[in-house]
Amino acid sequence: MSTAHGLDAAALMLDANVGTVDPTGVLNAMVPRIARVLRRRREGPGVWTLEIQPEETPDAAGAPNQSLSKDAACAPGQFNMLTVFGVGEVAISASGDPADRGRLVHTVRAVGPVSTALAQLRAGDTVGLRGPFGKGWPMEEMAGRDVVIVAGGLGLAPLRPALFRFLAERDRYGKIVLLYGARGPGDVLFRREMEKWRRFGIDVEVTVDHTVDDWQGHVGVVTALIPRAAFDPSRAISVVCGPEVMMRFSIAALRHAGVAADAIYLSMERNMKCAVGFCGHCQFGPVFVCRDGPVFRYDRVSSLLGLKEI
Amino acid sequence: MEQLERGNPETIRSLETIIRDHPFFAGLEEDFCKLVCGCAKNVVFQAGDYLFHEGDPADQFYLLRHGRVAIQVTSPGRGAMTFQTLGEGEIVGLSWLIPPYRWAYDAKALDLTRAVAMDAACLRQKCEGDHDLGYEMMKRFMPVLIQRLQATRMQILDVYGSRA
Repeated sequence: MSTAHGLDAAALMLDANVGTVDPTGVLNAMVPRIARVLRRRREGPGVWTLEIQPEETPDAAGAPNQSLSKDAACAPGQFNMLTVFGVGEVAISASGDPADRGRLVHTVRAVGPVSTALAQLRAGDTVGLRGPFGKGWPMEEMAGRDVVIVAGGLGLAPLRPALFRFLAERDRYGKIVLLYGARGPGDVLFRREMEKWRRFGIDVEVTVDHTVDDWQGHVGVVTALIPRAAFDPSRAISVVCGPEVMMRFSIAALRHAGVAADAIYLSMERNMKCAVGFCGHCQFGPVFVCRDGPVFRYDRVSSLLGLKEI
Repeated sequence: MEQLERGNPETIRSLETIIRDHPFFAGLEEDFCKLVCGCAKNVVFQAGDYLFHEGDPADQFYLLRHGRVAIQVTSPGRGAMTFQTLGEGEIVGLSWLIPPYRWAYDAKALDLTRAVAMDAACLRQKCEGDHDLGYEMMKRFMPVLIQRLQATRMQILDVYGSRA
């Protein structure tokens, strides 16, 4: 549906999504701005955390362009599109502190050409940046309730911004439980931070699928931690992120533990291209993961989970 | 392993309470509870003690009250590989249910572990004599078996691998 300004309704939704108020926001959302890599840190085999800082981009008249400013705010659960010039673009969730507005943090696993190229960037290299996009974790709804975080593998990265928020506003939330499953001891992400999370009153339980070393923690799947966790299911809200199979089993365990279907949120992963609900690559039934997600309330997408093709 | 006394009325009352409070036997009928208690005793393992070894007769199973137990398989050149840890509120040992009643794995206490050991032969005999008890036990063991089977399948799928 076109408007008097020649923009269609989807474009206006996009406009709201990127937080700009003028029609040029549509274009801005599609045009990457330049960001510079500040630091790269190895998290595990093939997994790297990149800290990047958007560069201030002047408009056509040479003045600072407000919509392309250095402000790098990204709400917990949102994602950015990162471009490695000459290679391609990929959607990566933010994994840093949402209060840090000067830089963006993304944790990436080298699996395809773009993510592999991203993981090889060094301090001083440039990347293209679009975003932030999507709907994140329901931070306001979690206030005053017990929070059960279930993460698997790299799925801890999109939940890390929420953990920063929990630490900053610890009194706003009830009991916070983090249940994290990884492939092996060497794959556990943010291991050093976990002690800090514990000191701030977060119950952190980590399990690994396989181990042959002297690992003293839990061994087994992350779903096995759910019945052992201490929380009140009647006042709990749960956020789940990881491979889809792991999320389906985790949700079943959460439901069995008494957590309501409308109190479970999950972050979906699909092949996101435009990130603004135009191209349809990430269409998930009646919704677009990039625009309507990536975080969805479970009861709204439960019928779509597990379908072989949509 | 330190085996605690069983047989006197005080111990039996204490065991009844422990068994009733254990999630595995939650809601167990009083008559069944008495039958089960007759096969039970309290046990304590120090960290590093083995509850059982692969190939040994599966003559007991355990209701964990405190501590953690690693289920392991040992491979030459690779040492002990843990594929599951179990904790408070869970049970250790399923091989006592089916012939040839031999442990398929090792079970090692990771911490100071307190448990109720159930005499498997005693319980099997009682289940054979009272099929209602046998059916009750089956209803309690089947969900554990299914959960562990599903967990094993998830581990085999290697969902956190690079293609996940």
